[in-house]
Amino acid sequence: MSAPSKPSNATLAVRWVHAAAAAAAVTALAWTARGGVAQPQVAFAYGVLITLGEAVRRRPTATAEARETAPVGAAGALAYALLGEVGGRPTTHGPAQVVAVVLAATLAGALGRPPARDHLARRLLTTGFAAVCFQPLHNTGALDRWPGHSPYYAPFLLLLLALTALCDAVLAAALSRARTGGPYGPALRDELRALPGIGTAICATGVVMALAVAVAGLWALPVFCLPLLLTQLSFRRYTAVRATCHQTIASLARSTEIAGHTPAGHARRVAALSRATGRELGLTEADLTVLEYAALMHDIGQLSLLDPVPAGATEPLPPAERRRIALLGGAVVRQTGVPSEVAVVVERQADPFREQPLTARIVRTVNAYDDLAGTAACGPLRALERLRLATAHDHDPQVVEALARVLARAPCPPRTPPPDP
Amino acid sequence: MWALPAVARGCVACAVVAAALCAAPAVRAGTAAPWAATALLAAVCAACERLPRRTLTLPVLLAGAFLLPPAAAALVAVPGALAGRVEQRPVWARRWWHAAQLSLAACAASYVFALTAPSGAAFTAALPPALAAALAFSLAAAVLDGVIRFTAERRSPRAAWCGLLPGALLPALVHGPTGLMTAVLWRSAYGPLAALLVLLPMSVSSWFLDRYERERAAHQATIRALVQAVDLKDRYTRGHSERVGRASVLIARELGLAGERLEALRFAGILHDIGKLGIPTRLLRKDGPLTPEERRVIELHPEYGHEMVRGIGFLDEARAAILHHHERLDGSGYPYGLSGRQIPQFARIVAVADAFDAMTSTRSYSRARPVATAMAELHRCSGTQFDPHMVDALEAALEHHGWHPTVTSEGSLLTECIILPSGNVPSARDSVTGATLHGGEG
Repeated sequence: MSAPSKPSNATLAVRWVHAAAAAAAVTALAWTARGGVAQPQVAFAYGVLITLGEAVRRRPTATAEARETAPVGAAGALAYALLGEVGGRPTTHGPAQVVAVVLAATLAGALGRPPARDHLARRLLTTGFAAVCFQPLHNTGALDRWPGHSPYYAPFLLLLLALTALCDAVLAAALSRARTGGPYGPALRDELRALPGIGTAICATGVVMALAVAVAGLWALPVFCLPLLLTQLSFRRYTAVRATCHQTIASLARSTEIAGHTPAGHARRVAALSRATGRELGLTEADLTVLEYAALMHDIGQLSLLDPVPAGATEPLPPAERRRIALLGGAVVRQTGVPSEVAVVVERQADPFREQPLTARIVRTVNAYDDLAGTAACGPLRALERLRLATAHDHDPQVVEALARVLARAPCPPRTPPPDP
Repeated sequence: MWALPAVARGCVACAVVAAALCAAPAVRAGTAAPWAATALLAAVCAACERLPRRTLTLPVLLAGAFLLPPAAAALVAVPGALAGRVEQRPVWARRWWHAAQLSLAACAASYVFALTAPSGAAFTAALPPALAAALAFSLAAAVLDGVIRFTAERRSPRAAWCGLLPGALLPALVHGPTGLMTAVLWRSAYGPLAALLVLLPMSVSSWFLDRYERERAAHQATIRALVQAVDLKDRYTRGHSERVGRASVLIARELGLAGERLEALRFAGILHDIGKLGIPTRLLRKDGPLTPEERRVIELHPEYGHEMVRGIGFLDEARAAILHHHERLDGSGYPYGLSGRQIPQFARIVAVADAFDAMTSTRSYSRARPVATAMAELHRCSGTQFDPHMVDALEAALEHHGWHPTVTSEGSLLTECIILPSGNVPSARDSVTGATLHGGEG
């Protein structure tokens, strides 16, 4: 599942995805140009909807929660792919026209912005998949025999939606793997875990739009447009305040560095490495967030010391002193707005690993690694060796091995903090 | 229930009786009434009442009003309202009132729709009647809201209804079409499941809004934690940061600042001393006068603070306030010795607010001075240390709004308890060091 892979494999996968999307786009355009546009006013209405959705979209951020940042566009594209009737009259467009309209509308909506190729490729392939599953069945009349116009029609469309979401998850995992550089297994697992989430709810809106247009005609589109735009707005505000909160916590973390308690960039490095190790161990996205916040703030307790610890490394201190610093830090963390699990992780930093939750074990081990590997006398390899020797009591052997695997993939973690956005 | 005035109790009872009368025809109709649809909608409505912001209740009730006869539509809201969460007492009076209010409004909407919409109309033909019915719903609900405010909270009729109406009618225009779409799909061959999916986009939107509010609260708590981390080290500053934030906002409002800039300035005021986290605790708590060397170290705190909040995007120009809040107008301040207009506006605001609060709050080295004395002192130093515009603005703002220094935030006690066992508490009262830090006394 998680065999270490060369980065070239990942970029190769991304090239394949892009090539497939480009091939689909060219085929669809050629096909549509040859056969002409069926029912142009319907195509135009959906095109306008998707263009509008793309125009109000922001560039996607790198955070994991920003999976689908264009609800109007996504729902509109899927609704066109699954459209079988308009106000009682059957539609005649095929999958090629769906892909062509979505391509044209997405590009038109993104005018004046650098092209988001990953986003476009995913949108085209996912919509194409849904259209290829649905339109031939509809156009040959197979759907009229079953489920026909019955209450089973909506569950049938939802089933198609589930297949489409699976297809999208496979694509997204391939693309995100190239970005984070991890193995494919955990990336796919993350995407699959996120499936019953908000992105799928937005796509389900596409299903109900198709049904509503079938019953009420194209007037249904503006009715759905308003709530979807509201969704986009509230999503934007949510991501903005989330980013701000993250920045504030990172500032709080940097205060120990400025106070001279910890070496520069320590908290950031521990956070990044903890996240990678947690991903390697198969933690959920929520756990990874807890891990990241806890790793950022794990040294906060040192602020209340009268004199800084030498070099900020808590690892060589006596256990009682370490525990006291951990408890002080936990008390500070409890006053921030982060989930209380974060405070627990910080409080339990100095405990033997068998008494710690997994997240606390990861932070402790990664912190010890960064403390040890930073000193001149003890490079990264000897630091790992010392962690391995301490697996009887202090460090979880599984965590140490996961850390070793992560380090083997990216041998030299950056010693300087990356520049701020 | 008995805490309510008798008039309000009578009002609730009247509303419940009226709602019961509205629903009576459904009960009399017996099996002829559409009980299955009513029960399903009532169950959905009860589930929606449990959602954090109750945004879905209105479209479900409107769909009920469009689908069912008035008497049955009145029953849809009842189970949800009676089982819903109520935070304040009296619980049952509130629940019954809520149920009766929603029933009457749904009944009114259903009447309006039945009167205006041709039977079996298509979606577009039914849209104007649906909007009219949604407006009737909101109007009825708003009128009843005003009645209960008038009787239970003894507000004047003007205050009871003022500000209620335009805000109450807006959601109707959004939810009316959604409710109609639900009703149309419900009646179509695709059935109730397809109809209930119509509520999805609305629920996603309210889910994000809920998460947004929670995350915002978390952010504010984190800012407070940053400030309290300073309190851990420097114990003069209990509540000082919050008050400087408030005074900065007072000045800025007087100068006509608004919106995001005002918010950023508030946070800059709160965070102005954050750089003290970088100063050794031993120095901040030192007894007795500081050596020039130690003073130089303490004067680094604006630069430390600026460095720390560098990554917080929304602070933007307010970061300059953190860096320059110890600059003086005549150029004798620190860290850069800027003078006059070279000092950013936000920094000039925070400097005045900082000095004002330093003088008017009790420190361990000095008692609080009255506001008038502090203002006189600020005027004396304006032109050399402070920007006269800002001092005047503060004076004007204090005349309009007054100054209410509510004492320390509740978290401070907690930090006190944490420090005690660690042996970090200074034994003696700290001395004048703070005066140089807050620089307010000129």
